[in-house]
Amino acid sequence: MSSDLKYIESRRGALKCMAFGGAGTLFVLSAGILTPVNLALGASKESAGSVTGTPLFLQISDTHIGFNKEANPDVAGTLKETISFVNAMPVKPALTIHTGDITHLSKPEEFDMAQQLLSGLSITELHTVPGEHDVTDGGGAEYFSRFGQASANKGYYSFDHNGVHFIGLVNVMNFKPNGLGALGEDQLAWLEQDLKGRSASTPIVVFAHMPMWTIFEPWGWGTGDADQAMSYLRRFGSVTVLNGHIHQIVQKVEGNITFHTARSTAYPQPTAGNGPGPGPLKVPSDQLPKMLGVTSIKILSHPQVASLTDTTLV
Amino acid sequence: MSAKCLGRNLINAFTVLMLVTVVWTSGLISAKAQDANTIVMKNFDFSPMMLSVKAGTTVTWKNLDGEPHTVVSPDGVFRSHALDQGDAFTFKFDKPGTYKYICSIHPKMRAAIIVQ
Repeated sequence: MSSDLKYIESRRGALKCMAFGGAGTLFVLSAGILTPVNLALGASKESAGSVTGTPLFLQISDTHIGFNKEANPDVAGTLKETISFVNAMPVKPALTIHTGDITHLSKPEEFDMAQQLLSGLSITELHTVPGEHDVTDGGGAEYFSRFGQASANKGYYSFDHNGVHFIGLVNVMNFKPNGLGALGEDQLAWLEQDLKGRSASTPIVVFAHMPMWTIFEPWGWGTGDADQAMSYLRRFGSVTVLNGHIHQIVQKVEGNITFHTARSTAYPQPTAGNGPGPGPLKVPSDQLPKMLGVTSIKILSHPQVASLTDTTLV
Repeated sequence: MSAKCLGRNLINAFTVLMLVTVVWTSGLISAKAQDANTIVMKNFDFSPMMLSVKAGTTVTWKNLDGEPHTVVSPDGVFRSHALDQGDAFTFKFDKPGTYKYICSIHPKMRAAIIVQ
């Protein structure tokens, strides 16, 4: 397939291609419309890795270590359960991305506990971006002292893995007066530079805490200057934007760009507008593990699509 | 008294008792909300949004929301740590003036203290 090809010609053709591997829900681009295709989970461990090339990676989000109120009195417990769940996956993801709100109140002891728990992951490579809960106090000193190295304490950085270009962005350091997150001029300039000269066939994964599209402005669910960032990304054939913050899954597809927010491992939040605000939502205790979970992502090269699988603890 | 009469009297007495209770309770509630110089964060709002105090007064903020909030003066006069549900922050206002403040995590939350 030529690197300029953006759309799959036919659903049948796409399915033929994907029969080589993949599992879960695949989003297939055809004539500009993204349709979910549930593939048989018969893909064996061997085939899942071989033809597709890029191994799975994992997104975990909103662990909120330090939270201890009604909605979940034991967030360390649910994080441990999540880690056991991940460690038991038949195909081990190559790396983990944490999309922020690692802690609840930016406290040193909360970061200590979170790092201790996350070290229990059998996936050893961890990349993070901060959530607003991680940088509330002291200008983010605690977060950056532990996780700032990757970005020289700027918060934003990029790296490559198996031909996929990953970009971590920070949109929680300066909020817009309307409550939306913000990237800021420096970061936008850096992003433009970072993408310059890269082939449009390079799969891109962008990860940031706040949603990079406006889901619900009254609750601050969005990033005020995200449009400028997206303008630099639009020319690429496959862009996956992974966010957290809202503790539930919301997805949007725009051309070659898939936006996806993840569940929390700590507590759910109400859906947009269904409550006084975006705070912790108390649910019956048997319901809680059904609303917590992680996302596995695979980037396929042929055809060039991102496969996202959301799984819950129960 | 006839049964009907007794019944009606009982209903009347009950109604009066309920009314008195409601009035008394609401009196208690409003008295509590007006706890001198206390502002609560509730449902992503500062309440009351405008508070007038005399110079030398200590103001207390209390977070009643499940979501942490902060109390931050953009002019740098005062700044709380992240306040979890149930946490409080206090600040003593010595100088007269109008002090605007916001929650730094949810900047749509805006309020002011007027010190006289």
